[in-house]
Amino acid sequence: MSNLLNISPSPHIHDRETTRKLMYGVVLALMPALFISVFYFGIGALIVTATSVASCIIFEYLIQRFILKKPVSVTDGSALVTGILLAFNLPSNIPIHIIVIGSFVAIGIAKMTFGGLGNNPFNPALVGRVFMLISFPVQMTRWPVPEGFKTGYTDAVTGATPLAIIKEGIKNGESLSRLMEKIPTAFNMFMGKMGGSMGEVAAFALLLGFAYMLYKKIITWHIPVSIIGTVAIFTTILWLINPETNANPMFHILAGGVLLGAIFMATDYVTSPMNPKAMIIYGIGIGFLTVIIRVYGAYPEGVSFAILIMNAFVPLMNAYIKPKRFGEEVKYG
Amino acid sequence: MLKTFPIGGIHPPENKLTADKAIKYLTVPESVTIPVSQHIGAPAEVIVNKGDDVKAGQVIAKGRGFVSSNIHSSVSGKVNKIDNVIDSTGYRHPAVYIDVVGDEWSETIDRSNKIITEIALSKEEIINRCFESGIVGLGGATFPSHVKLSIPAGKKCNILIINGVECEPYLTSDHRLMLERGEEILIGISVIMKALGVEKAMIGIENNKPDAISHMTNLASELHGISVHALKVKYPQGAEKQLIKALIDREVPAGQLPVDVGAVVNNVGTAFAVYEAVQKNKPLFERVVTISGKSLSQPGNYFVRTGTPVRNLVEAAGGLPDDTGKIINGGPMMGKAVNSIDVPIAKGTSGILIFPRDESERPAVGPCIRCGKCISACAMNLEPFLLMTLSEKGLFERAENERITDCMECGSCSYTCPAKRPLLDYIRLGKSTVIRMARERNLK
Amino acid sequence: MSPTILITIISLSLLALISAVILYFVAQKFKIFEDPRIDEIQAILPAANCGGCGFAGCRNFAETLVNADTFDGLNCPVGGAEVMDAAAQILGKEAVAFDPLIAVLLCNGLPEYRPRTSRYDGVADCRISNNLYMGETDCSYGCLGNGDCVRACTFDAMYMDQASGLPVIVDDKCIACGACVKACPRNLIELRKKAKKDRKIYVACSNCDKGAPARRACKVACIACNKCVRVCEYGAITIENNLAYIDAKKCTFCRKCVTECPTNSIIELNFPPRRTKAEVQAEEVNG
Repeated sequence: MSNLLNISPSPHIHDRETTRKLMYGVVLALMPALFISVFYFGIGALIVTATSVASCIIFEYLIQRFILKKPVSVTDGSALVTGILLAFNLPSNIPIHIIVIGSFVAIGIAKMTFGGLGNNPFNPALVGRVFMLISFPVQMTRWPVPEGFKTGYTDAVTGATPLAIIKEGIKNGESLSRLMEKIPTAFNMFMGKMGGSMGEVAAFALLLGFAYMLYKKIITWHIPVSIIGTVAIFTTILWLINPETNANPMFHILAGGVLLGAIFMATDYVTSPMNPKAMIIYGIGIGFLTVIIRVYGAYPEGVSFAILIMNAFVPLMNAYIKPKRFGEEVKYG
Repeated sequence: MLKTFPIGGIHPPENKLTADKAIKYLTVPESVTIPVSQHIGAPAEVIVNKGDDVKAGQVIAKGRGFVSSNIHSSVSGKVNKIDNVIDSTGYRHPAVYIDVVGDEWSETIDRSNKIITEIALSKEEIINRCFESGIVGLGGATFPSHVKLSIPAGKKCNILIINGVECEPYLTSDHRLMLERGEEILIGISVIMKALGVEKAMIGIENNKPDAISHMTNLASELHGISVHALKVKYPQGAEKQLIKALIDREVPAGQLPVDVGAVVNNVGTAFAVYEAVQKNKPLFERVVTISGKSLSQPGNYFVRTGTPVRNLVEAAGGLPDDTGKIINGGPMMGKAVNSIDVPIAKGTSGILIFPRDESERPAVGPCIRCGKCISACAMNLEPFLLMTLSEKGLFERAENERITDCMECGSCSYTCPAKRPLLDYIRLGKSTVIRMARERNLK
Repeated sequence: MSPTILITIISLSLLALISAVILYFVAQKFKIFEDPRIDEIQAILPAANCGGCGFAGCRNFAETLVNADTFDGLNCPVGGAEVMDAAAQILGKEAVAFDPLIAVLLCNGLPEYRPRTSRYDGVADCRISNNLYMGETDCSYGCLGNGDCVRACTFDAMYMDQASGLPVIVDDKCIACGACVKACPRNLIELRKKAKKDRKIYVACSNCDKGAPARRACKVACIACNKCVRVCEYGAITIENNLAYIDAKKCTFCRKCVTECPTNSIIELNFPPRRTKAEVQAEEVNG
C-alpha cells in the first residue's frame, strides 16, 4: 500500500503557514504589551492573564469533548488568543471567579454555541468583557494605578482612568485645560504609565505588536489604520469646534482601548470583513461609533461596544461589498 | 520598477533545480504510444493501420474539423496496434503504439543545423503550415495555434505577446530554450507577427532568469518591433490575462479572449515550434521537458519525442527514487498527478516532477477562519472561500453570479489557505457544473 | 371604570375593527383562485418532498395530478399504489398500475477482486474524484466509494460498507426516488423492477472495456463472452459495448445465467441456497 502513487488534485504544494502558526504569531505580538502590563501592575497582571487563558482553554476542551462530542481542537491556539485578549480587557485586580465566569461566556456562549472556530459573528473576548462589565460593574471599573511591579493582587491601589477623568470632569463643567493637568502626559500614556485595563496601557508595546503582525503578514494595515484614522479625524473636528469640551486627538488615540481594539480586537479574522474595501468601511464605522460613545454616550470608553456593533454588520458587508472582479471594468476598446 | 499584475498572486519557493542544465536529447525509446488527442478540440482520426511502416514526421492521425490538430509520428518504425493507453487525463484514451526501428525522418524535413532567417511563406501559408504541422500551444493549454492565429472577422490584433515567464516552480524548459535557441525563437516570433499582421511584439520574462533576459534582449535588438521586458517574480504571472495586464495594462473582460483587447499570446516554446515548422518543415513531434525533483539524482532538461513513456525520462534522470510519492505532469501548482509511470509524454507536457512521499500527502483540513488570505491571493479578485462553500452546498446559481467561471484554476487560493481547505477542488466542481448548466440553458 | 381604561378599550377595539376590515378587503382583492382539489390531494401525499415523482415537491405533484388528463407516467414512489388509488378516487380518474422499483448498484468491485493501483488523497467526493482520474483501481467505470449516493439518500436507505468500500442499499427502506441515481457521476445505480421477496439478479458490472483489460482490472468484471446470452431461454440478456445487461421485465429468475457466467459477474440476491448435485440425485431416487 505504501508503494502506491498518491493522486490528488492540484495544487501539490502548500504554503507553510497554518492556522496554529497564525494564532501563535498573534500571541507573540501580544507579549510586549503583557510584559509592560506586568511591569506596571505587578503580580495581579500575571494572575489575571493566567486565569483567563487557563479557563478559556479548559472550557473549550470540556465543551468540545463532553457536550459537542467533536474532535478537540484546543491546540489550534484560538482559545489561547481569546484568553489573553480577554485578560487584556480587564483590570489587574479583578477576582478569579469573575474571570472564570467571563471566560465561560466568551468561549462557551460567544464561540461554541455558534459552531466553534470560524462561525461566531461576535468577538468572543469582547462579548465576555461586556458581559462582565454589565454583571460586575463595580469590580470592572476599579482600575489599579501603575506603580511598578507589585506583589499585591486584589488589594491594588485604584484610581480613575484618563478617559474617566475627562468624561466626569466635562460632565461636572470643569474646563478641559484644567482637566488635562490631572491626567498623565502624552509621553507617559505612550509608555503605559496610566490607569486602565491591562492591555490598553502601553501604546508603544501595542505598536510593536502591530509591526510584528504586519511583517509576518498575519494582518493587513486596512482595519487598524482606518479605525485610528477615523478616530483621529473625527476627534480633530470636534476639538477644533470646541477645544474646551473636547480633548485633542492625540489624547483620544492614546487613552483607553483604541489601540488595543484597533490592532488586536477588530482585526480578529472570524469577526471582521474579508476584503479590503469592506475592511476600511468596517474600520471607519468602529472609529465613528467609538468617538460618539465616548463624547455623547454614557460610558467613558466606547471601543468594545463599537466593535461589537460593527461585528453585527460584517455578514452584510461580506455579502454586498465585493472586490472588483478582474475584467469587470472595460479598460480598452 | 518591474512590471507586474496589481491584484493577487503568491510567491511559492522557486526550486529551479535545473536552470543551469543544458538541454540534452533523450535517447529515442524502443516503443512509443502517441495519443490521438494531445490538444484542445476534437481528437484526431487515425489514418495508419497495424503493421504500417512510419517515419518520424509522418502524419498518423488527421485533425477533425477546424479546432483540432494533426498528430505526427515522432519515430520511425512499425505500427504495433491502435489501442487505449492511460494518458495524462487519468483515463484511457486511444493511441497509436509504434515499435521503433532506427531514426528515419520524413524527407521533407530540413534536418540541418542552419538557422533560416528569411521568411519565404505568406501569411495564409504560415497559418496553413501551422495546421499541417500540428502546432499547438506549448505553454500547457495545447490550443491549436492555427486557430489562435486566424483572427475572427470583426476583431483586430495590434500586438503579439510572447510568454517567457515560466512562473511555475521547478519548470525550466522555456528558460533553457530561450538561452540555447534564442535566435530560432525570435525568427519564430517574426513568423507569427507576419501571420497576425502586427508590427509589435513584447516578450515577458520573469526576473529570476536574468541570463535569459539579457540574451533575448541582445538578440531582439537586431530585430524590428520586438522588445523584451523583465517582470516581477510572482505566480501566476504566466497566466495570459495577468501577462497582458502587466505588459500593456489591458484587462480581458470575463468570458472573452485576449484578441478582444487586441492581443494574442504565445509561449516561447510555441514560437520555437513555429520556427521549426515554417522554416525547417518539421512538424511538432518533440519538445523540451524538464524532469525535476529534490530526490532525483540527475534532474535535467531534455528534448523528448512525443509518445515516450515517462519511465524513460525518469530513467535518464537517475531512476525513480524509492520513496517516490507522486509523479506530476506539469508544474506543482497546476500540474496533474499521474497514476502510472508509463503515461506517454504529449505535446502539452512541459515537465515531469517527482515528489518524495513526505511531500505528497495532503495536510489535514481545518475550519475556515475567515482570514481572507484566499481573497488577497486570487489574481482574478474572486472570493474562493465563498465559491467553495457554494459549490459544497450545491448553490450553483449563486456560484455563477459570483463569477465562478472567471476562475483560471491557478491554485493560489488552495496554496495560501492556512486551514488547508480544498478550495480549488470544490471550485473546479462548481465550475464544471455551472458550465454544464449554462450550456443546457442555452440549448433550450 | 376610570376614563383611561375606557379610552384604551375603545381605541384598541376601533383599531382592531379597522384592521380587520382592511385585511378582509385586501384578502379579497389579492385572492388567487386555486383548485381546492390541489389541497385535498396534497393532504393525502406523504409530504416527503423527495422529488421521486419527478416533480418539485408534493404540492407540485398535486397540481400536476389535478391538471393531468390521465395518470399515465405519474407515480409517487413513497406512497405507492395506495396513495395513487386514493388520488384517483378524489379526482375521478383511472389509476395506472406501476411496478415498484428498487435501486441496485451495478458494481461488485470489492478490494479482493479489484486491486488498488493508486491512492486517492483528495476530497472524499465522487464527482471530484471522477473528474480527476479513473480511480484507485484500474477500472475506470467502477464505484469510487466516496459516498455521494449515500449522502443523497433522504430515506436512510443507504450506507457505506467500510470493508468492501461499496455502498449498500437497504431493501426495506429504499423507495426508488432516484436521488442516488442522479448523484452517482458514473451512473452505476439503476432502478430495477422489484421482485417478490426482494430477489434480484443483475450484471454487477459497468465496465465497457474489452474483455482482457476488464478482467485485468477486476476479477468479477463482465468480459462480454456471450455465454449468458446463449443460455438465457427468455432473451432477457443483451450485450452492448462489451457489457451484458439483464432486462428485469423479461427475467424469470431461473438463475441459469448466474452459474454460466465464468467471471461470476452476474449476482443473485435473496434466493434460497442451491441444491447440490447430490441432493438433486437423492431427490430423484427417493421420488
